[in-house]
Amino acid sequence: QKNGISNGTLYKKTFIEHFEQAPMYVAVLTFLGFGVGTVFGYLRDFMRAWGLEKRNVATEREQQKDFVPLYQDFENFYTRNLYMRIRDNWNRPICSVPGPQFDLMERVTDDYNWTFRFTGRTIKNVINMGSYNYLGFAETDVNALKTVTRELQKYGTGICSTRQEMGTLDKHVELEQLVAKFLGVEDSMVFGMGFATNSMNIPALVGKGCLILSDELNHTSLVLGARLSGATIRIFKHNNMQSLEKLLREAIIYGQPRSRRAWRKIIILVEGIYSMEGSIVRLPEIVSLKKKYKAYLYLDEAHSIGAVGATGRGVVEYFGMSPDDVDVLMGTFTKSFGAAGGYIAGKKDLVDFLRTHSHSAVYATSMCPPVAEQIIRAMKCLMGLDGTTQGLQRVRQLGKNTRYFRRRLHEMGFIIYGNDDSPVVPLLLYMPGKIGAFARRMLEKNIGVVVVGFPATPITESRARFCVSAAHTREMLDTVLNALDELGDFLHLKYSRYSKSSHPELYEETRLELED
Amino acid sequence: VQEKEELIEEWQPEPLVPSVPKEHPALNYNIVSGPPTHIITVNGKKCVNFASFNFLGLLDNEKVKNAAQASLKKYGVGTCGPRGFYGTFDVHLELEERLAKFMRTEEAIIYSYGFATIASAIPAYSKRGDIVFVDEASCFAIQKGLQASRSNIKLFKHNDMADLERLLKDQETEDQKNPRKARVTRRFIVVEGLYMNTGDICPLPELIKLKYKYKVRIFLEESLSFGVLGEHGRGITEHFGINIDDIDLISANMENSLASIGGFCCGRSFIIDHQRLSGQGYCFSASLPPLLAAAAIEALNIMEDNPDIFQILRHKCERIHKALQGISGLKVVGESFSPTLHLQLEESCGSRENDVKLLKRVVDYCMNSGIALTQARYLDKEEKCLPAPSIRVVITVEQTEQELDKAASLLKEAAQSVLN
Repeated sequence: QKNGISNGTLYKKTFIEHFEQAPMYVAVLTFLGFGVGTVFGYLRDFMRAWGLEKRNVATEREQQKDFVPLYQDFENFYTRNLYMRIRDNWNRPICSVPGPQFDLMERVTDDYNWTFRFTGRTIKNVINMGSYNYLGFAETDVNALKTVTRELQKYGTGICSTRQEMGTLDKHVELEQLVAKFLGVEDSMVFGMGFATNSMNIPALVGKGCLILSDELNHTSLVLGARLSGATIRIFKHNNMQSLEKLLREAIIYGQPRSRRAWRKIIILVEGIYSMEGSIVRLPEIVSLKKKYKAYLYLDEAHSIGAVGATGRGVVEYFGMSPDDVDVLMGTFTKSFGAAGGYIAGKKDLVDFLRTHSHSAVYATSMCPPVAEQIIRAMKCLMGLDGTTQGLQRVRQLGKNTRYFRRRLHEMGFIIYGNDDSPVVPLLLYMPGKIGAFARRMLEKNIGVVVVGFPATPITESRARFCVSAAHTREMLDTVLNALDELGDFLHLKYSRYSKSSHPELYEETRLELED
Repeated sequence: VQEKEELIEEWQPEPLVPSVPKEHPALNYNIVSGPPTHIITVNGKKCVNFASFNFLGLLDNEKVKNAAQASLKKYGVGTCGPRGFYGTFDVHLELEERLAKFMRTEEAIIYSYGFATIASAIPAYSKRGDIVFVDEASCFAIQKGLQASRSNIKLFKHNDMADLERLLKDQETEDQKNPRKARVTRRFIVVEGLYMNTGDICPLPELIKLKYKYKVRIFLEESLSFGVLGEHGRGITEHFGINIDDIDLISANMENSLASIGGFCCGRSFIIDHQRLSGQGYCFSASLPPLLAAAAIEALNIMEDNPDIFQILRHKCERIHKALQGISGLKVVGESFSPTLHLQLEESCGSRENDVKLLKRVVDYCMNSGIALTQARYLDKEEKCLPAPSIRVVITVEQTEQELDKAASLLKEAAQSVLN
């Protein structure tokens, strides 16, 4: 069902998201597929237990055989029997820069994926639809990396100390000021790892007696941070504002579960773009809810910073809102900036508090200088501070590529989830057998894709996930789209039931007139 | 309905963050300009660095930098993806192989952040209902890993094997009451090779005996002892001459001796392979930037080619340990061969805050005269067993004998002038 909102007061442009349901027979066949896999799994386990088949998995030491077993047999059933069959589609090693094209190391298996062997050959120039390289900053151009090379020579690679001891370098101070300027906030703090930014700072901000309202589909780092904080967690349906409002009202009216005391703080955890769905958070509605009920908002912009918004400043700019509306702006540098690490930005009080009380500032190493320099140069390029308009061009190119790619996929008849403007494009495959077939055949056509199944997605909704990049040219996208067309017909993946335009060239001309 | 609206109107939350006083020590932190190597420029002053964990002096090594530069030219900076989705580079595979070979285990796995290594490894094996016996003085990363695992934690007194045995015996009697549950409850002991908070080592041979007697698995955290203890720098197992297969999991971070970023776990394939699907910091986070992996490989090469640096480091540690004895007002905490020592106040002046202020004056005195030191920092409210405030002294291979002597005499002077 399409979901278009033109709530004139809150949204400045139409917000279109798709979550089409597949026909019923698809769900039935998916369950059947898993059922067959499970039956065969039991059969193989039985044969292995009775020695009729070779055991390939590593085993416990002789001296420790009478210890309590480390893994329960049932926990690993799925891994042993279903995941193992299509294991060759993940952890594919590459040996070049993860740009729009890369080189894969060729891997073969002699024993049905239990072990792999490298043949020594590389598959060259595979089109990369899997890496999070939204603005194309993963590059090896000597000119572009000039300052990074210089800083690496000056500072070396490590820090060997924590932020509060001897680990704050002048580079960190420079970077933090730049990030604050980029986002339009008072101050910011950077950390060495994006995952750790969430799991080490949420416990510093909330504790027992506080309430966390977290979206259904939040990332593991947010869930871990929420659990480690000791606060009560309640989950609202994905991007569903009625569910969130109901939880907020209940929380304020009834208070804490047993004592009925008032909650100390209520904090809402959401992401900018959800990486498995491609949906964008409904920020204007959440901000109005938060203001009405006096809650705090924590926005994780891991995928959206740099990727959406007219100048790449994330969902806050995309919706035309002010960064003061969000209490805690968090993001990572891994995706759009081609580096590593995370940041938290906001008012000066917030950042001062984190400098003194964050777990990462006291116990974990700070970011290393060459990586900090890469972020500085990428951000300067985006802001136009290096004297060129390259940054803005990249953001525009990403927007164009995203809209083109999504439009063509819709026309071909695939089921795509997510917002029309999000560069993360999940294509639904549903059946377990198609996961392996899809990824392998795309590799044969020299295209590298990412497929995800259970448990990262619900059991019936396995998908392939494409990440569009500003560095992809129109020819690369066309190659990929033609390959998808062929493969879609061959594997019967075109489940969508909406009629498509059959004259794409005409359509494109009219669209050009309507765009400003 | 009217009442409900009133309740909503009246409710006031606490402010998002409590305000922090301006004189809080962590807000006036040291800013280092330039690389944090042997001679470090702190707040504009050049000092000899006694505060960064650069034990083998590899932070400034030309070969390491050249390896990182070559990798930068080939791969760029970031990996743009987790290990499962095209974030595995050939340098990662090579580093894992080299680490496994160096430590003489079957397999190794790399994480992109030192803190996340042990904090992801423990919850991958120990779940709700399992039992973990952990030392009181273990570092914060271990505590977070234990909290994330939701297992039953039993603390035993620091390095006290009798206390640990008592806890194990108690557990045994519990088991006999409920044998069915006992058959599925996993048990672990988590210890560190060289403790960060106290500077001493764990009695590994006795732990191995307890392991086989009570059927518990051992997880060893070797962040400080990797590259320091042992004849070839393989850590505490080499120091005591123990078969490495007796330890179920060794976890270490590469941020100390290897002067890079990240961490690794090594052990038998049976154990390590599990983390590839269930280690949260591995599956859900971007992989280590290749230039850091290349730097770590080069650092390993240097460690393998020059096995005599470990002996030199030990010699320097013993020298300064002896020189720092007998300072009035400060006592040395740590083994004689440990490269990080704590200097604690012999008598506390009443409150922790005043102790911290006093130690800060000692540190400032030394910094003004050219020796960079730092206080050991903790999160006061979050630690399970908060150690006493102390000054951290770090010994590296690059410090000369004169510098060591100068540091010792300066600390004596500072203690005299501040504490008397």
